[in-house]
Order: sequence, then structure tokens, then C-alpha cells
Amino acid sequence: MSDLIEGYMGKRDDGTKSRMPAYLDRWQSITGLILGLFIIGHMFFTSSILLGKDAMYAESKLFEGSLFLEEPEPGIVALAAGIIFIIFIVHAALAMRKFPYKYREYKMLKTHSAHLGHTDTILWMVQAATGFAMFFLGSAHLWMMIAEPEKIGPYASADRIYTDNFGYLYAALIAMVILHAMVGLYRLTMKWGFTVQKNPRADRKRNKKIMWAAILFFSLLGYSALATYWKIGQEHQPNYGERYQPQSVQSTGGDS
Amino acid sequence: MPKHKIMTPDQSSGRELTFEILKYNPRDPHSKPHLETYKIKETPGMTLFVALNMIREDLDPDLAFDFVCRAGICGSCGMMINGRPQLACRTRTADYPDGKIRLMPMPAFELIKDLSVITGQWMDGMSKRVESWIHSKTEHDITRIEEPVEPDVADATFELDRCIECGICVASCATALMRPDFVGAVGLNRIARFEMDPHDERTDADYFELVGDDAGIFGCMTLLACEDHCPKNLPLQEKIAYMRRKMAKVK
Repeated sequence: MSDLIEGYMGKRDDGTKSRMPAYLDRWQSITGLILGLFIIGHMFFTSSILLGKDAMYAESKLFEGSLFLEEPEPGIVALAAGIIFIIFIVHAALAMRKFPYKYREYKMLKTHSAHLGHTDTILWMVQAATGFAMFFLGSAHLWMMIAEPEKIGPYASADRIYTDNFGYLYAALIAMVILHAMVGLYRLTMKWGFTVQKNPRADRKRNKKIMWAAILFFSLLGYSALATYWKIGQEHQPNYGERYQPQSVQSTGGDS
Repeated sequence: MPKHKIMTPDQSSGRELTFEILKYNPRDPHSKPHLETYKIKETPGMTLFVALNMIREDLDPDLAFDFVCRAGICGSCGMMINGRPQLACRTRTADYPDGKIRLMPMPAFELIKDLSVITGQWMDGMSKRVESWIHSKTEHDITRIEEPVEPDVADATFELDRCIECGICVASCATALMRPDFVGAVGLNRIARFEMDPHDERTDADYFELVGDDAGIFGCMTLLACEDHCPKNLPLQEKIAYMRRKMAKVK
């Protein structure tokens, strides 16, 4: 009944405003925070290839439960990717409420940000554009992880990136996700005043510096890792499909 | 009409400034919005107030723009100066090294003519919307001394009261420009001001009724252009975040 009343009357049945906008705003931020922090971890984990194939192999097996399972289970990765996908969809649904969706809104935003020369406004446009692009790029990547979680490993990932042409997708995705996530985390601290103490303006300057540093750092990390996978994939192309066997277990078993 | 009538001889050596100014009268069916170019000589310490008066005096008596105080107090002369909303009376031409200045009226407000907009109408609507007055059920005996207010609280309230309603926070905010129903930083600052004032007996739930939606506090996308352009340097970033935290907690 209250749905019917709120739907038509714009007020709840006790005559007060719906709390839903507050709820949606909060969950937009919470899902964004989870995804932003996840991306930071993700960038480090995928970059383990920079430490060598063994390190990446050990890390991929760790996520398949090698610490507590006798046989690593890629399903764990698929499950985690599925949860992230759900959070990703919820975040996209909540954040797209802010998109300019009429021509007039888009035109005003574009003209204003071009002439205002205001970094935070331009960065929001970057977030809207990268967010839109990630509807597609992020979905393709996440579905791959859900559908074929067993294909994560020094050779399997490298084959996917080089021979299966996923490298192009990742090259675009890395820039977009880093920009979107780091700007988003910065904006989150400003939006809710998380880090605001005695001097909010000094906090903003500091957080923005951290944001730029993080964009630079994770871009270098991400593209270095991608280049490494690309190189491995190129060298491994003749043996496409073969899985990596770590040095320590080469005599006893194989890469699953 | 003489071009440099109001200049003294020692000022005539100033550099040439080129102004591009929007000319448009929405009430004249023959008027089309266009940029008109004016060239004048810069004078020492020249502000846009001086420059615009010089243009109107010497080059275009039809040019419309608003000024009252000339000292950044009345908030009448907000305009888009090379894309940035600023008070013209507090903007020096010397701050534009290439001498090229483009003036547009502030968007978001109804245009009267050229650079003149009606901010008052918008602000009036905002004031009514956020019920910008003290709400109190307490009967006050005006023959008795008022309840004292802690100096810190009074200072914090007066700090937010420094708003001059110039409209620059609205004209700088992409959210407000895209969504004309957005209450704007000026409205959220006003709510924060009354929330802080011990004379006002409204609860957080009462404020939620005024700004607890996507046209209010939850519509703000934290672009922070309001904070970065406010000519009175009001703590908008801090107060909007504060109100958001407060409103998000309302049950």
C-alpha cells in the first residue's frame, strides 16, 4: 500500500519524504568504495607477474584456495568474480542516475566544463565517460573470469592476452578503471568528508595529490604487467594452451 | 561617439583590451544572441566594472549589465569571465595577460539582457524552498534578555551568513546547470546555517523534508566548483559533506 501511495503521491503514507534517495546515494558510495578498494588489490595481484611466473602462479593458486584445499578450485575465483559483477552492476545502476541523459544536459555539461577549466568538473566527465565504457569492457572481462576461471595463470593469462586478443580489451580497461576508481575514491572522501578533520581544504589538496600519484603508479604497474603478459604470450604462442608448471613442482605435477 | 572619452592622457598608453560580450535581448523578437567585440585601452588598476562602464559610456550605450556596490558585497555583478563565474567588480583586467576577455551572462538564471540576469528570483525561490527563516515554537518575551549563544556557535553561524547570494556557486555547478531543480550550494549552505543556529528548533528529519532528495543534498555530485569559485570563500565543501552525513542518517 505504501508503495502505491509513494508512487503516485511522492510522499510516504506518514506524509514524509521517502528515505530511498538517501539509501541510493549511500549504496552508490558503498559499492563504489568496495569496487575502488578491490581494484587496488586487483592491480597488485595481476602485477605479480612482474615478480616472475612462479609468483603469479602461486598467487593464482592462492585465490583458488590452495591454502586450505588439497586441489585448488577455480570455482572460488568464479564465485568472487560473480560477487564483484553483482556489485559492479548495482554500482552502475546507481551511478547512471547522475549521467547527463538529455541532449540539453549533455550540451550544457560539455560547454561548461570546456570553458570553466575546473579540474574536478572535468574529472567527473571523465568518470561518466569511463563508467559508460566500462558497462561493456568491464562486463566482458568479468564474464570471462566467471566463465573460465581456470584460465588464470602465467601462460593461460598470457595466451588470452596475446593469442586470444584480450590484450586490446585490457589496454583500454586499465586506463579506464584506474581513472574511474582513483578519481572516484578521491571524490568519495570529499563527498562524505571522511578525511575532513580540522582543515578540510588542506585535506582536499592532499587527497588530490594522492589521487594523481595513485593514477600514475597504478597505470605504470598495470601497463608494465600487461606488457609482460604480452611478451610471455608472444613467446608462448607456439605452445598455446599449455599450462605453466612452477619450478618447484615441475617434477611432481602440473599447472591446472 | 569619441572612443576614449573618459581616459586621461597618461592612461592612454595602456595596452589594448579586447572584449567579446554576449549581446542578446530575449524580449526583442529581432534580437539574436551573438558576441560583440569592443576594444578599449587599459587603465591602471582597471576592474571589469570600470571597463564595462567605459564600453557603455564610449562604445555601446545599449550594453546591459548589473552593478551596485562595486566592492564585492552586493553580489549583483556575477558573470562568466572567460568561462569562469566571478564578480566583475573584483576582477582586474591585469589578470588577463593576453588582454582578451570574453563575457557571458551567468547561466542558470533568467536573462534580462546581455550580461544582466535575475538572480533575485532564483534566490527567492531557493529561500522559500529551504524555508530560510528561524523556526521556533518558543514564545519570546521581548522585555527580557535573550538566551545567550556560545560565541563559537554564533561565529560559525555568522560565517555561513556571509553568503551574498551572488549566484556564482550555481553558475559554476555543472549539476545545477544540467538540472535546474537542483537546490545548489547556496541552498545547502543555507540549510547548514539554520541547522547550526540554536534558535532554530527544526530537527534533521525536518531538514530532510526540504533537501532529502535527488534535487537536494543527494543530487550533489561533489564537483566542488562551488567551493572553488565562491567569492566569499565560504566552506561549502565542508558544509555540504556535513549535511550529507546528517541527512543520510535520518531514519
